[in-house]
Amino acid sequence: MAAGSSWGRWPRHEQRLIALNDRFERLPDAAPMLPFGNGRSYGDVCLNNGGTLLLTRGMDRFISFDPASGILECEAGVLLSQIIELTLPQGWFPPVTPGTALVTVGGAIANDVHGKNHHRAGSFGHHVIEFELLRSNGEILRCRPDLNREWFCATIGGLGLTGLIRTARLQMRRIPGPWIAGDSQRFTSLSEFFALAADSDADYEYTVAWLDCASSSRSLGRGIFMRGNHVDRDGATAPTARPWTMPFTPPVSPINGLSVRLFNALYYHRPSARAPAALWHNRPFLFPLDNVQNWNRIYGPRGFFQYQCVLPGTAAVQIAALQEMLLRISASRLGSFLVVLKEFGELSSLGLLSFPRPGATLALDFPNRGAPTLRLLEDLDAITRAAGGAVYPAKDARMSGVSFRQYFPRWQQLREFIDPKFSSSFWRRVTGSTT
Amino acid sequence: MKRILIMGATSAIAEAAARRFASRGDSLFLVGRNAQRLQAVADDLMVRGAHAAYAYVLDARDIERYPIMLDAAAERMGGIDAALIAHGTLSDQFACQSSIEQLLQEFTTNALSYIALCTQLANRFEAQNQGVIAVISSVAGDRGRQSNYVYGAAKAAVTSFTSGLRQRLYSKGVRVVTIKPGFVDTPMTAAFKKGALWASPEAVATSIVRAIDRGTPVIYTPGFWRAIMWIIRTIPEHVFRRLKL
Repeated sequence: MAAGSSWGRWPRHEQRLIALNDRFERLPDAAPMLPFGNGRSYGDVCLNNGGTLLLTRGMDRFISFDPASGILECEAGVLLSQIIELTLPQGWFPPVTPGTALVTVGGAIANDVHGKNHHRAGSFGHHVIEFELLRSNGEILRCRPDLNREWFCATIGGLGLTGLIRTARLQMRRIPGPWIAGDSQRFTSLSEFFALAADSDADYEYTVAWLDCASSSRSLGRGIFMRGNHVDRDGATAPTARPWTMPFTPPVSPINGLSVRLFNALYYHRPSARAPAALWHNRPFLFPLDNVQNWNRIYGPRGFFQYQCVLPGTAAVQIAALQEMLLRISASRLGSFLVVLKEFGELSSLGLLSFPRPGATLALDFPNRGAPTLRLLEDLDAITRAAGGAVYPAKDARMSGVSFRQYFPRWQQLREFIDPKFSSSFWRRVTGSTT
Repeated sequence: MKRILIMGATSAIAEAAARRFASRGDSLFLVGRNAQRLQAVADDLMVRGAHAAYAYVLDARDIERYPIMLDAAAERMGGIDAALIAHGTLSDQFACQSSIEQLLQEFTTNALSYIALCTQLANRFEAQNQGVIAVISSVAGDRGRQSNYVYGAAKAAVTSFTSGLRQRLYSKGVRVVTIKPGFVDTPMTAAFKKGALWASPEAVATSIVRAIDRGTPVIYTPGFWRAIMWIIRTIPEHVFRRLKL
């Protein structure tokens, strides 16, 4: 990852890069500024065209960790993977992890990230005990649910706009060991998926489904449902898979209609898709792509779009909207490799702009093929809007201002908390503001 | 458990090395200029598993205070097994050409302080018949180039000095390790465009820790710099003087 580029590698913006090395520095005078962590958000929430990015990876010190209570305090540039390395041997795990552990704590707060245990644990913000927010005027705000609460809620999911998160104190989750035990099974329809989700939520910490979106209308909605719980397993050995790197960006992406259909069919039919008693190490289960550095290069020089929406309502309403989306995607022949489907829990998010809310959330990747891809995504937005859903800003590079304002009706409230010297490409794009 | 003194402990390379020492439970005595940053590093190392991490504020140019600092290190840790000398400034070559004062300051920071500290450590380690002195020199010390020969000359002094010291102490069971990093992607250079020659402080720190454990005399890190510098040293002077390096 090059500093100053987002994970989808589109759009490409020019910005001044200023590295922050520790939590004691004052902010530079370089408006408009935006904190940039590890560049794992896909679109332009981490970009600031023509402005400054404050690189926070140099702020990666732990401050304290109490193995009795599981409370960890650290600088905001620490990665979740570094936290896991420290706390897992002591029996503690981050309470919420997104699909990659290579995100900073600051980024996890600013995007109020969620994971496969949302139905149990809510989103990242629910586990933040306190953080320090540094404003461009030098003021430091300590924010907790019971102290500066309005700043706390504006900054969780606040897309880095309210100031620089310097340090955070997190409540970790007690776990018995590095393993996850559960099962994996095929489903042939969306209603089967919802039945499985409803059936699993009470007994399983993690639930997630992979969906075959390249299948024809006959097998529409088929996929694989995985669920698991943290366990200890004496004698089991950790996977030794060596990390590898996607060494270059292919001039033409090998991801196309044919390869996607082939991959999806093989993935669905592979024997291990059905495993009544599976044991995974936490890494392949929770962070399947972290072993491949720069996997985003596979999408070629034009980059790719991720689309993640949440669709509320009854199961029947959600199924109808999902079916409409899958048919539209199938018709476009722009099918996606990595389609993830998950039912969010009822716990309401803390942030003014938090994405997670009750409903089914669907995440897809599309190579950037220009206008046809943008048309497809706008059509998906029409379905999301009609369903009263929302699209995840951390993954977006193209939603319209109209869509954004409908998805996040409290966006106006965030305005008064935005640091006058902070802004982002995303924010200017969806609000039409110039600063 | 080892008892390790780190000079310039807030530098990116030193901090990355210190994290490796900490995670295996070593004791660390951290010397640096900025008290607040030093304490932050010490706290971090304690969380990562250090047996102890002491912060000691000292400017590397206060050479006359080294004996007091070394006494403090030996007393707090109960002795010193190894030292990593990693402080330094990347000299502004252009400014040094017009300011003798700045030139001498750079030389004090990057050469004289190293030589003074090495000498005092050598005498202590010689008396205890064991110890490792690891010193960050640089590939820049292998040959002076017009773009940074002030820094290069200071590092050349460090390289030559540690070479002689290594011979002197070899029979006493004391090892001297000369470390020559190439381009390192530190916070100081985070905003630069990086080519294939750049290495992360973590990768450099891993090879430093290995060299200290083994008592390797000289390492280039990453290793390909040994070949690059061999070529640069081999260029005849009548050709070299025309190059824009």
